[in-house]
Amino acid sequence: MPSDSIAPTEEQSAPLTGRSRLVRLGGVGVVILCVVGGFLYLGGWLSPNALTPGRFVDEFERMGGIHSGFRRNHAKGVCVRGFFDSNGQGARLSKAVVFRPGRVPVIGRFSLGGGDPHVTDDLSTVRGLGLQFSLPDGEEWRTAMVDLPVFPFKDPRAFYDNLLASQPNPNTGKPDPEKMAAFAASHPETVQALAIIKSHAPSSGFDNAAYYSLNAFRFVRADGASTYVRWTLVPVQPYGAGTGASQDKNFLFDELIASIHQHPLQWRLLMTVAQPGDPTDNATILWPEGREQVDVGMLTLDSVESEETSPARDINFDPLVLPAGMAPSNDPLLSARSAIYSQSFTRRAGETKEPSEITPSEVRK
Amino acid sequence: MSSSTTTGRPQFNGSMRFLHWLMAAMVLTMLGIGVAMVASLGNYHLLVSIHRPLGIAILIVVVIRFVNRHFSTLPPFPPTMSSQERFVAHASEVLLYTLLFVLPLIGWGMLSAARYPIVLFGSLHLFPILPHSVMLYAFLRRTHTILAYLLFLAFIAHFGAILFHTLVVRDGMLSRMAPWRARAR
Repeated sequence: MPSDSIAPTEEQSAPLTGRSRLVRLGGVGVVILCVVGGFLYLGGWLSPNALTPGRFVDEFERMGGIHSGFRRNHAKGVCVRGFFDSNGQGARLSKAVVFRPGRVPVIGRFSLGGGDPHVTDDLSTVRGLGLQFSLPDGEEWRTAMVDLPVFPFKDPRAFYDNLLASQPNPNTGKPDPEKMAAFAASHPETVQALAIIKSHAPSSGFDNAAYYSLNAFRFVRADGASTYVRWTLVPVQPYGAGTGASQDKNFLFDELIASIHQHPLQWRLLMTVAQPGDPTDNATILWPEGREQVDVGMLTLDSVESEETSPARDINFDPLVLPAGMAPSNDPLLSARSAIYSQSFTRRAGETKEPSEITPSEVRK
Repeated sequence: MSSSTTTGRPQFNGSMRFLHWLMAAMVLTMLGIGVAMVASLGNYHLLVSIHRPLGIAILIVVVIRFVNRHFSTLPPFPPTMSSQERFVAHASEVLLYTLLFVLPLIGWGMLSAARYPIVLFGSLHLFPILPHSVMLYAFLRRTHTILAYLLFLAFIAHFGAILFHTLVVRDGMLSRMAPWRARAR
């Protein structure tokens, strides 16, 4: 530490006059203020109306309520385990270790869209599947998919504006039709996407649904060449349209549990390869028919567990946890999803964990 | 290395000055990125991808700096500093070193507790240093934010004190750490 000895002879500048001292003091103050102002600007404190991960999650909380310890969206869920058998074909597209021939362990979570962890199962509710692939070199691939072939919103702003427009009116309990119409009028891509979604009748269960990456990703090969892909998990279990006959609160989850107890559930992982000109930054648009699809392997899920006992409850299925060889595309939704999932994760992480709707005893049935 | 020359003003030696300005650039970048990324949707992923390896780089540089400081001769405080000022300067130096060491460690620890992969570049990643516990993550995440604000305040105090001495007291305080060689006037 510095010694307290007096410095060698050193000329001092002549003392300043009162006025010039004041001017210099003011100068120091201005410089400090500029630095603090820059910091506040970067942190978004000077733009209170900008869309931030925090404001986004606030909106989810206003819509779905705050349920201690649960995800702010896709709150109701059950956890699964299994493995992925790569057939080596994916190496044509990406150098990611997951595409080398062989088996990697997988942990995941099936979920229903919405912020209510005790919502009644409904065929029309969006179904989600989050997966984490643990690669032999210690890398991870996480993905959060839904059973919709396209996403209704092209960017985070559109998603947020739709949340605002679809707020239920306190008197009627329903969204204001005028606001909904205004949103639709200014978002033709949403109207088109919803038409595509409606043309796909939901399957009867979690086990025979297809799950989609929605966003495009950039795959990088060992030789450095890159291509854009979207992926789909195509169920081996035969498709059956849902009848909606069951009134049971947890019928979708109970059927999934019964099904996985009977036999392992399987999905083929297909990579759809974009051609130049296909939109990679807009998840509301399907790529044209006939795009090359590469079957890269088989996902098998063979055990099911309540959130209360599974480590998957405490995993953030952030779609940008990617191994080397897989990278985000220019789709603005991807970075926003990563930011918002993290915000939701951080909020729920510190909360007391309340019992899951799908309890450990329910899963053993 | 000598801390001053017969012809120049007392100055920290070359390696200390180099490490100081390297650290200054890294820390300022880090504070800006840190505060911007938590408020950002579109740039979140890019900023986090820089934040993680830069934090680990700061951890490495602060250790090098600490060791280098131990083996260096320091220039004396200028006579314009009162004993209280010397005490505050010393305490703030201890605080800055501590924060620059602890903040990256907490970052590493909180990602470990959340079981986020701690990716540096490509497939290069760090091992977790804490068990999977989201409660621990939540505590460390909050601590990371609080200590980062404290670091910003400590930086402002340090920066303000140097400006005050250099521009108002005019005792050539900045020249002690200036990247260039100080000359006697």
